[in-house]
Amino acid sequence: MEKQSTAIQEKEYTILNLGPTHPATHGIFQNVLKMDGELIIEAEPTIGYIHRAFEKLAERRPYYQITPITDRLNYCSSPINNMGWHMTVEKLAGIEIPKRVQYLRVIIMELSRIADHIICNSVIGVDSGAMTGFLYIFQWREFIYEIFEELCGARLTTNIGRIGGLERDFSETAWKKIHYFLKEFPAGLREFDNLLVRNRIFMDRTIKCGPISGEMALAYGFTGPNLRAAGVDYDVRVMNPYSSYEDFDFIIPVGTNGDTYDRFMVRDQEMWESLKIIQQAIDKLDKLEDKTSYHANVPEFYLPPKEEVYNSMEGLIWHFKVVMGETKIPAGEVYHCVEGGNGELGFYLVSDGGRQPYRLHFRRPCFIYYQAYKEMVKGAFLSDAILTMSSMNVIAGELDA
Amino acid sequence: MNSRETEMTTTAIEKLEGYEGPGFLATSLDKAVGMARKNSIWPLPFATSCCGIEFMATMASTYDLGRFGAERLSFSPRQADLLMVMGTIAKKMGPVLRQVYEQMAEPKWVIAVGACASTGGIFDTYSVLQGIDRIIPVDVYVPGCPPRPEQILDGVLKIQELIQNESLRRRDSAEYKEMLASYGMQ
Amino acid sequence: MPISTDTVTAQLKSSFGEAILSAEMLYDFLTVTVTKAEIFNVIKFLKEDPAINCHFLTTCCGMHFPDNKEQFGMVYQLHNMPENFRIRLKTFTADAEPVFPSLTPLWPAANWMEREAFDFFGFRFTGHPDLRRILNMDSLVGSPMRKEFPLEDPFRYDKDDKMFGR
Repeated sequence: MEKQSTAIQEKEYTILNLGPTHPATHGIFQNVLKMDGELIIEAEPTIGYIHRAFEKLAERRPYYQITPITDRLNYCSSPINNMGWHMTVEKLAGIEIPKRVQYLRVIIMELSRIADHIICNSVIGVDSGAMTGFLYIFQWREFIYEIFEELCGARLTTNIGRIGGLERDFSETAWKKIHYFLKEFPAGLREFDNLLVRNRIFMDRTIKCGPISGEMALAYGFTGPNLRAAGVDYDVRVMNPYSSYEDFDFIIPVGTNGDTYDRFMVRDQEMWESLKIIQQAIDKLDKLEDKTSYHANVPEFYLPPKEEVYNSMEGLIWHFKVVMGETKIPAGEVYHCVEGGNGELGFYLVSDGGRQPYRLHFRRPCFIYYQAYKEMVKGAFLSDAILTMSSMNVIAGELDA
Repeated sequence: MNSRETEMTTTAIEKLEGYEGPGFLATSLDKAVGMARKNSIWPLPFATSCCGIEFMATMASTYDLGRFGAERLSFSPRQADLLMVMGTIAKKMGPVLRQVYEQMAEPKWVIAVGACASTGGIFDTYSVLQGIDRIIPVDVYVPGCPPRPEQILDGVLKIQELIQNESLRRRDSAEYKEMLASYGMQ
Repeated sequence: MPISTDTVTAQLKSSFGEAILSAEMLYDFLTVTVTKAEIFNVIKFLKEDPAINCHFLTTCCGMHFPDNKEQFGMVYQLHNMPENFRIRLKTFTADAEPVFPSLTPLWPAANWMEREAFDFFGFRFTGHPDLRRILNMDSLVGSPMRKEFPLEDPFRYDKDDKMFGR
């Protein structure tokens, strides 16, 4: 009998370019995948397609002009970035913010966290084929936009608040809308949950999809919902509380496997917790004696009202000094971090006493944790890789800065 | 369920000019083809940054882009008519954008949504392309940072107007070829 | 036992002596300046010592102080989450083309952060697996975050300097 010759087959791999423009990669980053059929053997990411040189730009702008730049970091939740920047400058200059302003800031930040998680969760649904959740829950994001418009005039890139507080008090309409939101959004979120959370198809697609262990996540510098889904309960709001977060009572939802389903559920649960925080903030505001202040008394940083500018000499001089950057900022370096939609958003500010920062470095969570993507998709199917990427909530603005 | 009241308004449906009679309308081919094209645009959303999120809001239920016929988004340039560039284009992205534009089949239109796509926006830096009209020809610019969904819809309506009134011979004309040559394209 | 900044400073000084150039509290952050030769060992010590246990690399970035003799530097920030202890380490060098030790053996997170420092400042990192530009175009000449590099594109022809007040 003939011996069958066993030819060792050379496997031929396909190189697939999951290019910068792709319907499922939300934001522009490229992945060159080496694939064995549907399985991914290796992934090589390239980023920088939207590098706008924020850090260099920040060295040429006075402190109050950097807020629009911080807006465009994680643009899905820009109020959090704005507040983080203002708190950094306030830390450097040693400004004390009144309690009422801190509670108002908490309301704004939690609303924008809900808005960010709405986008991420509904987009995970869209990428696994469920378009309905996206269309229904986005109406609630439009409502949050309406609240932001009442507060600052803009929907998405809000440039909200000023160094020293907020630019105006919450109006009557804003309070009406916030109360309506607290009353009606839970029903909308429950509807969205009913569509996806115990959905057989969704669970089959997302469980065990792109898992990462807690140790790996810490080694790769993960923070935020991605780290919490891997089992580590690190939340900057609890560990280094800022803006009176220590007064609030909320849990940190934590997952077990670090896979897509856990990330989805952690974000979902965080939305419920944010609603609780907003309700507690409103209750605390009612109990405060101070019912009118919306900014700290820092004339060196906070513009005087226009009636004073046009009618009094001091108002005019303060206005001139603030706008021209003649205020004294102490020289020094400070690092402040806030819990952004994606994790620990840090601002490392080095000042030499001048009107512009000497060096401003943004610790961008997306940039740091996206490095782990190629490890997470090794050996996974292409469709799982797409879902993993959308569940990591990579925002291109924060990735490249 | 939104707090604003919705008013039902009826807008007159525009009619094509032509000679009309019972059961027929005689008009020129340009106008008929223009009407057909403008109501079935297949856009390619080239969404890069913040304007992309406002585009997501435009596609969603409140500001629905689908009611203008642009329901089917195409991510393949070969099947798209309208290239919607939304967001900052860095110099690294420029060749990619140009390749996508060149892969689209005629007739094609380009709309630059947002300040960054129109002129570079607030990012006057070494790494940002100061306007996409440096590398591809643009038909409509929508200013804003980011523009409201109503503004984006206004831009799309202007594109529809351009499409309605475009002559069928435009893409073969000498001026069009000259314009493409000025960008270095055939 | 909760970690205090004094015990950490004392331990660093006793283990590394001359290499610790300064240790001070800046705005609630213990900031330690170390010589370039010992920075890797100091960070390894801080990570692996069971009492200090700074297991998380928060961030690292480059600095350029053209007015100082030691003009280029790196800043690292570490975090011990269970004890909520943060520390900042700085190291400076006077070389024109600085070379720093890479932290990738300790944390894979340092990979892209060091590539960013290479891209922005031109620093090289010994032991880095894949040192190349990450955010800017590969064809860019120069290091953009150095103070002498201009912010705006020098090849623009349509900006009228008279109108921009330059």
